[in-house]
Amino acid sequence: MRKKEMIAMLLAGGQGSRLGVLTSSKAKPAVPFGGKYRIIDFALSNCVNSGVDTVGVLTQYQPLQLNQHIGIGTPWDLDRRNGGVTVLAPHMKTESGDWYSGTADAIYRNLDYIDKYNPEYVLILGGDHIYKMDYSRMLEYHKQNKCDVSIAALSVPWEEAGRFGVINIHDDNRIYEFEEKPENPKSNFINMGIYIFRWDLLRDALERDNKVHSDSDFGKHVLPLLLSEGKRMFAYPFTGYWKDVGTIDSFWMANMDLIQTVPEFNLYENFDKIYTGSDHQPPLYTGPNSEVRASIVSEGSEVLGKVYNSILGPDVIVEDGAVVKDSILMERCYVGRNTRIERCIIDSECTIGDDVVIGTGDNTVNVHRPKIYDTGITVMGENSSIPDKVEIGKNCVIFGKTEPEDYQDGKLASGESIVKKVNANGVRA
Amino acid sequence: MRAVGIILAGGKSERLGELTRNRATSALPVGSCYRAIDFSLSNMTNSGMTKVAIITQYNSRSLHDHLSSSKWWDLGSKQGGMFVFSPYQSGENSMWFRGTADAIFQNLTYLRRSNEPYVVISSGDCVYKMDYDEMIAYHERKNADITVAYRQVPDNDDIRQYGVMELDAAERLTDLEEKPLEPQSDLASIGVYVISRPLLIELIETIVSEGRHDIVRDLLSRYRKRLRIYGYRYDGYWRNLGSIHSYFDCNMDFLRRDIRNDFMVQSPYIKTKPKDEPPAKYNNMAQVTNCLVGSGAILNGHANRSVIFRRVYTGEHSSVSNSILMEGTYIGNNCVVEHAILDKDVILHNGARIIGSPESPAVVIKGQEIRA
Repeated sequence: MRKKEMIAMLLAGGQGSRLGVLTSSKAKPAVPFGGKYRIIDFALSNCVNSGVDTVGVLTQYQPLQLNQHIGIGTPWDLDRRNGGVTVLAPHMKTESGDWYSGTADAIYRNLDYIDKYNPEYVLILGGDHIYKMDYSRMLEYHKQNKCDVSIAALSVPWEEAGRFGVINIHDDNRIYEFEEKPENPKSNFINMGIYIFRWDLLRDALERDNKVHSDSDFGKHVLPLLLSEGKRMFAYPFTGYWKDVGTIDSFWMANMDLIQTVPEFNLYENFDKIYTGSDHQPPLYTGPNSEVRASIVSEGSEVLGKVYNSILGPDVIVEDGAVVKDSILMERCYVGRNTRIERCIIDSECTIGDDVVIGTGDNTVNVHRPKIYDTGITVMGENSSIPDKVEIGKNCVIFGKTEPEDYQDGKLASGESIVKKVNANGVRA
Repeated sequence: MRAVGIILAGGKSERLGELTRNRATSALPVGSCYRAIDFSLSNMTNSGMTKVAIITQYNSRSLHDHLSSSKWWDLGSKQGGMFVFSPYQSGENSMWFRGTADAIFQNLTYLRRSNEPYVVISSGDCVYKMDYDEMIAYHERKNADITVAYRQVPDNDDIRQYGVMELDAAERLTDLEEKPLEPQSDLASIGVYVISRPLLIELIETIVSEGRHDIVRDLLSRYRKRLRIYGYRYDGYWRNLGSIHSYFDCNMDFLRRDIRNDFMVQSPYIKTKPKDEPPAKYNNMAQVTNCLVGSGAILNGHANRSVIFRRVYTGEHSSVSNSILMEGTYIGNNCVVEHAILDKDVILHNGARIIGSPESPAVVIKGQEIRA
């Protein structure tokens, strides 16, 4: 193998449980975002656009869709003879086999993969944020400051800093302390979960930490360990758009950021494009009586009705007379005639009948999962259906093929759920 | 697979005017995101063919650009693959292709090095969806030497621009006349042929050695009595992009749901080179009705009954109707575009107007800037 200067390890195993039913059959990085994309596309495209051509993707939770999406990496030009993308799933070893039990543990279990390329540097990334970043600049910074470790850091409003891992730095950006969700943050620089390590240093630290912590984690164990040993750790200040899409509300908001007339996060530039795995990119069609405003619509969709302030994924059909407002409709959804949808997230392959109303009534939080569904958004899980002429409230969850008899008097009140799908992992709605 | 493919993509058409000044007819943009050649090329791979040659000549750059990688048509494989042939110089030969048969003659090595029993020949400038495998099965049933696909030309289309075929009751070709003044039937060849590979090599060598270079005239027409040439009826959608009118109409046909379903929705669909544009963006003032829209478009104005390609921008209070806006067109505020074809990267400054008529659409050439 030819030596690589820097390879990336992309942590994509997370469940993303706060996304509720959206991650019931796929890992969070595989959740569709911005119409045609999936969340992982942003980190993967950043790698390619930064000249990082070797990426190990660590999967664990519900990896099927992620595996299919990544394939051999063709959409990102990562189908390469030397390097490219490799999906690294937990595996058995002679002695034992185990799940990845922490972020650093996942890397530790793939030392062989990294050793094969013998890189100078290893870039550690999460697969669940929306941003564009040139990692090659971060590497330059890393080299200039002769860092052992550099950590991308974002300055957030002071009042929000306490929700994140805060990095405390000296004037030269050298890190002297980490604080996890501090009550009184000393800095408003937060850890974005993007690290560059010298490989020899990381390798050694992973081996040592694994002897102490079986659930070895970067934030909890490895970074504090290296800091305590006086290693040169620097914060790399990042100033662009960066969004965590870990909750239903933040996911919805980040999608809606894209429909601003001039969005802060601009996908329409001719450079640093975001790539995604769609082999079929036909045009979309808006019909003679349609009206589409303040929305983005993906390839192959047919809009005959009206769509306002919404995000439509590929191959969505909105029939005549239907009105979709403030909503996210993912791939291959069908919205029947005269149906009205407001503030909904509708996962891929859903069918909604004629004359349905969704998102009406009071704002009662979800009875079963009050912490997940509490902002008025009704969520429909993948491959679900809603029959004709029913009325569904706010903060509801629909998962599975629902029938008219599932709706008492043709209604589902705000905060109620219908979950008919039980998969291997049990129901999670 | 039973056949290798040859797509003849070298032609130009005078009747396309400025649209083909810098591109081959086969490279014409169609239906928001396709190029004309995508149809024949996808038909080949959708019919299970794994080895396809594309023969280019006139303005080949535009095609080479589109065909820069074979993987988008599933031809990026070690077995078979996509071969793009342009005229070249060698010890014996330094000529342009003198005709369709000569184009194949000069690339005969491709056929000699193949093992498949049949060859499917098609042209790169027609919009249609056809299963060549069925045509090969028909060819075998008829025990034909050559099979020629044809269609019945509707009344509103001028048959005199095609190769007109006369067939007997068993569908055997009795006469074939190219662009006849007085057509004897309403059956026209669509330029798709099935022939056995060894026979094609033999015939091409023979006719070229006699100084003949055209497949229709020197092979099909001349050999119609000696060989068993059969017609194969095709009833699906078909259009040749030979003139501004047929080009315009073909694009507008994509506004029909049945046409879109056929080409884009029903598997196997037509494949093209992906451009990775973001979803189309409709801003607050947009009013877009009965339009096909490519990804990456940003729409602020009004548009009706138009085909809008990828990365088109329309400004506020602009109005576009009955028009084709190719990739990268920029329409400023308060512009009016009616009955027009705007080639790639045309820029309309604020207030500019381009108005053609249904009989004669206005054509704005690639990259041109128009001021109010």
